Amino acid sequence: MASETPAVADSAAGNVVSADGEETRLRKFNINFGPQHPAAHGVLRLVLELDGEVVERVDPHIGLLHRGTEKLMEARTYLQNTPYFDRLDYVAPMNQEHAFVLAIEKLAGIEVPYRGKVIRVLFDEIGRILSHLLNVTTQAMDVGALTPPLWGFEEREKLMIFYERASGARLHANYYRPGGVHQDLTPELIADMRRWCAEFPRKLDDIDNLITPNRIFKQRNVDIGVVTQEEAYAWGFTGVMLRGSGIAWDLRKAQPYEIYADLDFDIPLGKNGDCYDRYLVRMEEMRQSVKIMNQCLDLLDKHKGPVLLENSKYTPPRRGEMKRSMEALIHHFKLYTEGFHVPAGEVYTAVEAPKGEFGVYLVGDGTNKPYRCKIRAPGYSHLQALDWMARGHMLADVSAVLGSLDIVFGEVDR
Amino acid sequence: MSTKALQELGQAILDRSGGRAQRFEVAVEELTVHTTVDHVVELLRLLRDDVSFRFNQLTDLCGVDYPERPLRFDVVYQLISYTKNVRLRVKVQTDEETPVPSVTPVHPCADWFERETFDMYGVFFSGHPDLRRILTDYGFHGHPLRKDFPMTGYVEVRWDEELKRVVYEPVKLVQEYRAFDFLSPWEGAQYVLPGDEKAGG
Repeated sequence: MASETPAVADSAAGNVVSADGEETRLRKFNINFGPQHPAAHGVLRLVLELDGEVVERVDPHIGLLHRGTEKLMEARTYLQNTPYFDRLDYVAPMNQEHAFVLAIEKLAGIEVPYRGKVIRVLFDEIGRILSHLLNVTTQAMDVGALTPPLWGFEEREKLMIFYERASGARLHANYYRPGGVHQDLTPELIADMRRWCAEFPRKLDDIDNLITPNRIFKQRNVDIGVVTQEEAYAWGFTGVMLRGSGIAWDLRKAQPYEIYADLDFDIPLGKNGDCYDRYLVRMEEMRQSVKIMNQCLDLLDKHKGPVLLENSKYTPPRRGEMKRSMEALIHHFKLYTEGFHVPAGEVYTAVEAPKGEFGVYLVGDGTNKPYRCKIRAPGYSHLQALDWMARGHMLADVSAVLGSLDIVFGEVDR
Repeated sequence: MSTKALQELGQAILDRSGGRAQRFEVAVEELTVHTTVDHVVELLRLLRDDVSFRFNQLTDLCGVDYPERPLRFDVVYQLISYTKNVRLRVKVQTDEETPVPSVTPVHPCADWFERETFDMYGVFFSGHPDLRRILTDYGFHGHPLRKDFPMTGYVEVRWDEELKRVVYEPVKLVQEYRAFDFLSPWEGAQYVLPGDEKAGG
């Protein structure tokens, strides 16, 4: 009987008056999402205010993975601090290290050997693929697909073995040093990377064919979480979140560091600024990363030489030298106990990490420890936008928006 | 951008700001503009809207603690101009009591950054919509990034099997954290070397 005439919402009281004049009280729901939830991408607690199934307010509670990295860094030497950066965005560890060593290098005026720069760019791009592979496939998982992560993780595994062969660790590499990288790559590793670069585009096409045209994936992502250009600027968006909204900005092009200025690659842009566009941007960025990797591998063949600054107070002497030279031995001891002193001053350096602009604001006071090191994580400003991005969407869209924000709690909570 | 171009930009900001910016400096190819708590919001608005600057994004906002100064905290704003491709740092000084006006009306993304700075340093931001702690634990006391806060903190947590809940206890270290003094007594050390106090007598 009531279904013949639609119920009238009495917006002032928030109650619904049905056709026969009977008033039903509407209750708004507060639900707790996380901190342990597979779609929360780590330890995120969301307090959601719901009107029916429509999200009215999102209050993210973060800090459940807060380790006080910035405080710990103030009590440790610069060299001891590099490993902390692996633990920020643990999906693409080396990109974070890069920002930190760039900050030290800028403050201390260190010039990196060419081969060291090429290796850094090579591993930056591996990190980008690592991160994007995880993100696009888990985004598909957030909206219901199970196969993409299995396929994506297979490729990630191969990349992590490259990490291991270069640095000795699959995740927490601690490979970049002020003045270059820790060790040179072996010819076998370079050959294997080349082989992988040849095979990977086919695998990527498989994943692409699986997700991109999928009807359910489109239904769940197209026109969800739309970000306009003005909003992207105002909310401190960087990286894919900017490019998904059609802003042509990439630090690798705009403020090129290392050898990016000499490399040939394109910056994909989205048009609509929704979750689907951001997904497409990430897919294309992986292809561009493979292109960059191929160029780097060619450069590695052409340019032999040191990968770490030599004869410097910032880098250790060679092992062979330490066997013969007393000074080299003393230098080695002092470098790994006291550490090097970085001149007093302040720098802000940023790299284009897979998730956006990862910046390090380093205040040195002339001692062997940073006086203050502020880590500017891209995920932090992206996550605070979840509130207005998810408003008016359905509850199930929260996880789609969250997936496209590309959040990793290591860097959000620090 | 070259140091010279940054000098010119800094001078232009000083001229256009109508006294809101106090001074500027260029070091390691980075421009820093100093201002005061009264003028920071208007200065950031000017920097955002003026066509010759267009610093339209607040990249980062953080605190720095200098306990020996009367105004012990620096609040540092990192700005970026996407059209001019320049970065800029704006600094204000404050102490434990003086609130800094919130810049959320100009840059909404300052919301969480200001919450974090409040959490870590205890700097107050007046006019902030929701100044709660953000990164530290529920019910946390103190401001961990202040220089007088010990690195180990004051409390540690463990699961209590009898109470069946997490309990907070004072930190017990098996070994003191070893902080070595690496300052050379010939340059920079501000203390009397052991034994030197007898030199006068």
